[in-house]
Amino acid sequence: MKRIIAKEEICMGCGLCEVYCTVQHSKSKDIIKAYNKETPKPISRVRLEVSKPISFAIQCRHCEDAPCVTACLSGAMTKDEDTGLIKHNKDKCIGCWTCIMTCPYGALKMDVFGKVVAKCDLCQELESPACVTNCPNRALTVKEVKP
Amino acid sequence: MPKYVIIGASAAGMAAVEAIREVDPIGTIATISEELCPQYSRPMISDFVSGKTTFPKMMCRGDDFWSKKNVQALTGRKATAINFAEKHISLDNGERVVYEKLLIATGGKPFVPKMEGADKDGVFTFTTFSDAKRLVKKLEKSKTIVVIGAGLIGVSVTEALVKRGLKVTLVELQNKILNLLLDNNGSDIIENVMRKAGVTIITGQSVQRIIGKPENDQAVGGVILTKGNQITCDAVIVAIGVVPRTELITGTELKLNRGIIVDNFMRTSVPDVYASGDVAETWDFTINQNRLLPLWPLAVSQGKVSGYNMAGKKTEYAGGTNMSSLKYFGIPVVSIGITNPKDATPFEILVKYGPEENLYKKIVLKDNIVVGIILVNDIERAGTLFHLMKNRVNVKKFKRELISEDFGLAVLPESMRRTMCLGCA
Repeated sequence: MKRIIAKEEICMGCGLCEVYCTVQHSKSKDIIKAYNKETPKPISRVRLEVSKPISFAIQCRHCEDAPCVTACLSGAMTKDEDTGLIKHNKDKCIGCWTCIMTCPYGALKMDVFGKVVAKCDLCQELESPACVTNCPNRALTVKEVKP
Repeated sequence: MPKYVIIGASAAGMAAVEAIREVDPIGTIATISEELCPQYSRPMISDFVSGKTTFPKMMCRGDDFWSKKNVQALTGRKATAINFAEKHISLDNGERVVYEKLLIATGGKPFVPKMEGADKDGVFTFTTFSDAKRLVKKLEKSKTIVVIGAGLIGVSVTEALVKRGLKVTLVELQNKILNLLLDNNGSDIIENVMRKAGVTIITGQSVQRIIGKPENDQAVGGVILTKGNQITCDAVIVAIGVVPRTELITGTELKLNRGIIVDNFMRTSVPDVYASGDVAETWDFTINQNRLLPLWPLAVSQGKVSGYNMAGKKTEYAGGTNMSSLKYFGIPVVSIGITNPKDATPFEILVKYGPEENLYKKIVLKDNIVVGIILVNDIERAGTLFHLMKNRVNVKKFKRELISEDFGLAVLPESMRRTMCLGCA
């Protein structure tokens, strides 16, 4: 399984990771349409953490023993037994935010339009996650870890 | 003979099955459960009543959960006695189930105080899917409802009733709603949004008597409160709380306080017998003692620990605390730990209060360790605060940031940031 690693010493806090994540998780996959036209508004699943001069980007860590899966009331959050990926089923999510209460990383976001949680899916359809590919400073890298 | 037997197949029972199967793919498992439906999420019964969800969506595991996990699921069966010496359980149909390892996960049952008229037609409790189904049937012919108890369940069912267009009066004995989770500021915000939604909230009183309808005394027609005032209604929902279902244990050698006494490996006082969930008294890491904490996510954690230990993978429970995430009337609320200490002297309290935006944040510190959290309407960082709390991180250097809207991982000490960014703590 892939895990995205952030390097705070080279992150310059530009926020392009959030932009490309938003676009990747939009319907149109087009930056102008995603930001100006789409409803519900697509949201980024990676979060730029800033406390100047420190900055780095964090998304779901796909924990081995994921507290969000244990806490989920509806069965929307599951661990894929084969890939190790923490998957979120939007149709089963009831937006109770219990997972948010237990995620140490603050990596689960409230999709206030859909009233459900939004989280990183490691861009399964791409070779490399959008935030990693588009980080101009290579502050985000992918590491292969055992599922 | 099943190797593993689990009495109760809700949160803790299901989690135990999953944990056992991780360790032991072949050992036989049997579950005994009174309910007929295969499995579902009890916290979702409010959404069922409001019409937001249907039963298939309430199934919190796959349709084929029991067969996939190769479990002999005895549904609609009640355990009537346990013989710990001979290691077997008697069922209501006269059958006997023998066990090697047993998990008692019988859960809680609604507490209904002695009240004149509580036997009338139209008095409901609200914990199971059958309760919810019966209630929905009644609601089709009802206009006004009285809910007794403004805790998690009471407020949650009130919201469901409001969504169905019913007129609700919520009666709470304490002076504030959600008083086990929030303080006055927090409760005020929720009380205000509830009143705006049309709910009548009566605090500091309880129901003294349930009265009948003029034309039919056996049917609920109203309630009389402790101060004597009368409220007309078509149904009463009692949501005061749950008490552990210990009737199988009472009078046996298994040690019982209010709930079953367990250690941090979920072992009871009897060898090879474990307990988890609402029936057990488990470790609360904020007060350093065991107590009843009837909450779904904690029951899952405990069930998991039980399952691992039953199957031979020694696992210690990390403990829990009173913690809930709510979304009542569109306002997200998180409450964790000691949020409203009676005597504030040993604590340091950080507050940010913006009632006009329904915003409230309160962090309770003791010796620079987070011991309590209330977040209303800005909850996305709740998990990081909880992480600091659970790991007893000294927050002295950044405590002012904790209630700031900019609080996040970047303000944490460098060593913590490094572990978090590099992998998974």
